Amino acid sequence: MNVFRFILQNHSQVLELTLEHLRLVGFSTLLAMAVGIPLGIAIAHRPRFNKPVLASANIIQTIPSLALFGFLLPVPWLGERSERLAIFALTLYALLPIIRNTYTGIRGVDPAVVEAGRGMGLTELQLLFQVELPLAVSVILSGVRVAVVISVGVATIAAAIGAGGLGEFIFRGLAMVDNRVILAGAIPAAILALVADFGVGWLERRLQPR
Amino acid sequence: MEPAAAIPVIEFRDVSYRVAGTQVLSGFNLQVESGETLVLLGRSGSGKTTSLKLVNRLLSPTSGDVLVNGVSNGEGDVIRLRRSIGYVIQDVGLFPHFTVERNIGLVPKIEGWPANRIRARVQELLQTVGLAADFASRYPHQLSGGQRQRVGVARALAADPEILLMDEPFGALDPLTRDELQREFLALQQRLHKTVVFVTHDLREALRLGSRIALMEAGQLVTVLSPREFLESSDPLASAYVRAFGEGLESSANRGTS
Repeated sequence: MNVFRFILQNHSQVLELTLEHLRLVGFSTLLAMAVGIPLGIAIAHRPRFNKPVLASANIIQTIPSLALFGFLLPVPWLGERSERLAIFALTLYALLPIIRNTYTGIRGVDPAVVEAGRGMGLTELQLLFQVELPLAVSVILSGVRVAVVISVGVATIAAAIGAGGLGEFIFRGLAMVDNRVILAGAIPAAILALVADFGVGWLERRLQPR
Repeated sequence: MEPAAAIPVIEFRDVSYRVAGTQVLSGFNLQVESGETLVLLGRSGSGKTTSLKLVNRLLSPTSGDVLVNGVSNGEGDVIRLRRSIGYVIQDVGLFPHFTVERNIGLVPKIEGWPANRIRARVQELLQTVGLAADFASRYPHQLSGGQRQRVGVARALAADPEILLMDEPFGALDPLTRDELQREFLALQQRLHKTVVFVTHDLREALRLGSRIALMEAGQLVTVLSPREFLESSDPLASAYVRAFGEGLESSANRGTS
């Protein structure tokens, strides 16, 4: 098959772009977790704020990715380096599933369990780390899983602003009207998404409370 | 039980509790003496559970004071207060991701007990509530309802609190298991002499377990009677309860176990 011969012939570039892709997805997912999980916890404990926060994350999600990259280009510090900008935009996209699932997961913990814990004299922090988070972890991780899969797809667009990644092949192939080149980007991206999906899914099952 | 001349273990002083425009509790005065089992009896919404949660400060009174051992429970560290009070609820609220051992040993653990002392304490408590030692390694979902509630009681007793608050602990159990647990509760209480506040809407349970029964209605305390007095009471609400529960109550009444 032509496609595989092409990938083999260009294997070092495929590898390099895959790693670039992985870096974009990895950094943005970690950032989104660092912001989204605490935010999800906060709105689960203060339901007053859940509507505005979830609505904002929702709106961000509806902006077409190409447009979002474009909008962010003139932003001072962000626009200076395309990779920085791409990670920022990917983080924004990954926020919604992570915030929403953290919120849902924490709210889903049996109120009797939380009340028993509080009544026994657990501090709010002990309740969070010993009871709420362990019981919500699989729901939170399934949000991370959705976020990662979305990010792998959206990150291909990052090549449009020169941030690299497997989108390079896709855009190049489109310009050259050469399916082999498009697939050389698309296939590794699909594999990446599947592997990430499987990996986080495995972690999710491992950490699932009994 | 001799009348305690000392200060009551728990005292409600003119307590009112209001939430979202609803008066849940008003002008509530009650003293709970050391070593007694005081039953709060009343229908749903009469303020029983609210009164209980005011003791371990899961709720704070709108006005008035709740004193524990003579000190207002609003002063001082609420976490300390709660760790010195055992709390058992109808839904048990066992931590589903912890083994029975970790459930029972949680408060001792965060109190910094050494591991071997916790393990010994867990074994001792399992025995106290009538569960075999090998239950320690099981998870809550592997237990029956009655076993879960036994673990709930063991967990509440873990740090050897002086006070035990029990909110319809046997309400969700089948009649046979309930009977069994009530019997064991009596035996346990005879040994441990905790100060217990027990919430129920079941008169039979109240008569059987209580040394005194505090009858509540619409957020107010109607009367406080011993089980004997309750059966003979001319109070319209008390006699309505007796009528509603019908025949055979005589045999339920707690005749004082000591």
